[in-house]
Amino acid sequence: MGRLASRRQETPTAHTFVIDVPGWPGHRAGQHVDVRLTGEDGYQAQRSYSIATPADDERIELTIEVLPDGEVSGYLGEELREGDEIELRGPIGGWFAWGPQDGGPLLLVAGGSGVVPLAAMVRDRAREGSDVRAQLILSARTEADVFYRDELRGLAADDPALDLELTLTRERSPAWTGRRGRVDRTLLEELAIAAADRPHAFVCGPTAFVEAVADALVDLGHAAELVRTERFGPSGA
Amino acid sequence: MAPISRGFRRRHPDDGQSGRLPPGQYLERDFPVLSAGPTPRPDLSSWSFSIGGEIDEGRSWSWDEFQQLPRETVTKDIHCVTKWSKFDTTWEGVSLDVLLDGVQTEAGFLTAFCDGGYTTNLPLDDVTDGKAWVAYTYDGEPLDPEHGGPARLLVPHLYFWKSAKWVRGLTLTIEDELGFWEQLGYHERGDPWREQRYAGD
Repeated sequence: MGRLASRRQETPTAHTFVIDVPGWPGHRAGQHVDVRLTGEDGYQAQRSYSIATPADDERIELTIEVLPDGEVSGYLGEELREGDEIELRGPIGGWFAWGPQDGGPLLLVAGGSGVVPLAAMVRDRAREGSDVRAQLILSARTEADVFYRDELRGLAADDPALDLELTLTRERSPAWTGRRGRVDRTLLEELAIAAADRPHAFVCGPTAFVEAVADALVDLGHAAELVRTERFGPSGA
Repeated sequence: MAPISRGFRRRHPDDGQSGRLPPGQYLERDFPVLSAGPTPRPDLSSWSFSIGGEIDEGRSWSWDEFQQLPRETVTKDIHCVTKWSKFDTTWEGVSLDVLLDGVQTEAGFLTAFCDGGYTTNLPLDDVTDGKAWVAYTYDGEPLDPEHGGPARLLVPHLYFWKSAKWVRGLTLTIEDELGFWEQLGYHERGDPWREQRYAGD
């Protein structure tokens, strides 16, 4: 059982929930929790959400995109207030996880809210003072949709071993002078840590994004066993 | 007793199907994809399906030989541990009763192995007597690679991670030897009606 310590708006559609979980055993960056809601009539719904932060005593943070018609995300986004109890279980997963002791290089590729478990890895690496070479390639619709953008830019600016590459697929503002378009084979060939360096690759996002990126990485010579994926279903709610 | 989430209520109408949903599941109309790594794309000319381990004599079929085996079409509800369920999915493939027919073995379990290195463990009792298939079509079409094509295991009465994608064979074992997700904390059997999601459930 957790208790909401605070919440903040991350983007126009996503919120970060800071949750205290007495007895939390700790976790690895990349792992997730199951959140379960119970109505007064006993109706229950549960969903999995990635943890956005590295292990930090009994506190975890979840960043959750509120989906239109999302039964669980909609409730959390609209109803959950400071001090509310929230039933959760975890940490879960152990495959899509990384820590500085696992070494690198580290190639992280995210689509949209898929950045959440990868941000936990970037934050863990920074907090531990790791000098493992790391790259985060992040695709979002618009600049306003990029989770943690000021923090990630700050981390990359302060750390020559951390490269942040942002590409936007639907940004209309001419003020955006950075990269535009999807993460495809051409972009990965140009930007991503090369297959010859045998990076640990983690790819997270919607199914079509993950399929395309993982296929392209294998096509570029990355060993399939070094490419780990996590996908969000089309209506993961 | 689970605590009440203040103000939480069902958002989608109960269309009378909730009795078909195992606990904690919701109904999905699409077909989400979940896998741990890139999608393998094996060459059918070198594809084979083999059975080994604790067995009197190993068996193996090429893709063409596999297509000649008696096939069945089945329509089943499927349940993913990530909470979605999908009703009335239609598959065509070969029953494990056919593949294991006449096998002499002391084994009580098997490990399914796959392209890409994935494994999952199952009791033999969960894959015999019309409970499991190696499926190669979905909805009348060849199975998409991202859904496990050319062929995947189909064990619909257990959580869907047991229905291993890209399956290439079975190793019969005396003991229950944990597979990929099972070693990572998921339940060794995975019965959705008992909500056996994680080890210890």
